[in-house]
Amino acid sequence: MINTKENIRSLLRQVCDPEIPVLTIMDLGIVREIICTNDDAVEIIITPTYSGCPAMDAIAFDIKMKLMEAGFKQVKITYTLTPAWTTDWMSEEGKNKLKKYGIAPPQNISSRLNKLLFEEEKNIECPQCHSTNTKLLSQFGSTACKALYQCMDCKEPFDYFKCH
Amino acid sequence: MKTNQPINQSTGSPITLLTNQLINQTLHLADTALILGQRNGEWCAHGPILEQDIAITNITLDLIGQARNFYQYAATLINASENKNETEDSLAYLRNEREFKNLLICELPNGDWAQTVLRQFLFSAYQELVLEKLKNSSNEQLAAIAAKSLKETQYHVKWSSEWVIRLGDGTTESRDRMIKAIDTLWMYTGEFFIPANYELTEVHLLKETWFQKVRSIFEEATLAVPENTFMQSGGKSGIHSEHLGFILAEMQILQRTYPGAEW
Repeated sequence: MINTKENIRSLLRQVCDPEIPVLTIMDLGIVREIICTNDDAVEIIITPTYSGCPAMDAIAFDIKMKLMEAGFKQVKITYTLTPAWTTDWMSEEGKNKLKKYGIAPPQNISSRLNKLLFEEEKNIECPQCHSTNTKLLSQFGSTACKALYQCMDCKEPFDYFKCH
Repeated sequence: MKTNQPINQSTGSPITLLTNQLINQTLHLADTALILGQRNGEWCAHGPILEQDIAITNITLDLIGQARNFYQYAATLINASENKNETEDSLAYLRNEREFKNLLICELPNGDWAQTVLRQFLFSAYQELVLEKLKNSSNEQLAAIAAKSLKETQYHVKWSSEWVIRLGDGTTESRDRMIKAIDTLWMYTGEFFIPANYELTEVHLLKETWFQKVRSIFEEATLAVPENTFMQSGGKSGIHSEHLGFILAEMQILQRTYPGAEW
């Protein structure tokens, strides 16, 4: 086994988010750093999407399992909070996967979010029929990172991975 | 020389006042987020409609997550200075009422939906200002937790502001309930701005900005801001209403009855 960061990255691309299994942790942008401390020892620094994200412990466990299966003897997982995670770190590939999965991907740059009251992110594309005639049902959806929208053309409700 | 300064049991060296201050500050932030999270969590499966049930419990999840981050940091500080073996769980589940430093408003019963969303608004508008200050703190870990939490709190402020306006400027019924909620909760906002001896943020300086925010939302909601009312205080220093004991009893009974229980 060639112990390179690229090799580790490709292993991490096989670790999926337990709540949105179509996304890998690399797609989400939560892997912040890979430190090879030894030939068979590695430290992975990850950051949570939201403070209360209940998937973090499962993700840390899955990373350990994946790397140990590949021959690493010591895998250390370190959490970092800074800089705070943003949807801007999500890969284009991840966004495409989300869309195919039926979740509208984040469409804006988080710093340009409109914080005006009763204003919502507009023109979110329905992942079913691709109409942009959609409306917000709730800022908070089935998980902390999603909002609930409804398509006004095909009438289907759908999750939107909101900008953060 | 005899002093009242606490001593580190393992090293015999005095625990600096600064460390104590930092521990208490961190516990205050943790307790406040935990207790409000625990209260809001009571809405789970009882919300007025499904979407809002999910909204309030998502806010709860954010608050519990923030509390965990603060407790983990507090545990690190305590263990480093006092040779103890605290964890986020022991701090949440095994401390007594008088040791909790949460704001009083967080421990009050939920009341109706109007009271719940009004509390969220009054608190989140305050928390946002505190986190903005802490984000620039010279303490890196507090700054990191604050920066992370702030992004979540901004959602809470927006969501709860909209609900205050919707109910205040809504039907006669919703408006009456919002006015009643203001009567109930307003007296608990005073202590936000009374600095505790451990607070790193100069909270008294945040009052005017908070007040302007509240006034602007109340105006849009056609609600009056109370004037010259009696203000309660004590939560920050561990003097609580009778309500905290009941929450702690419910929250802590499992760990106190079956120490170390896991599921």
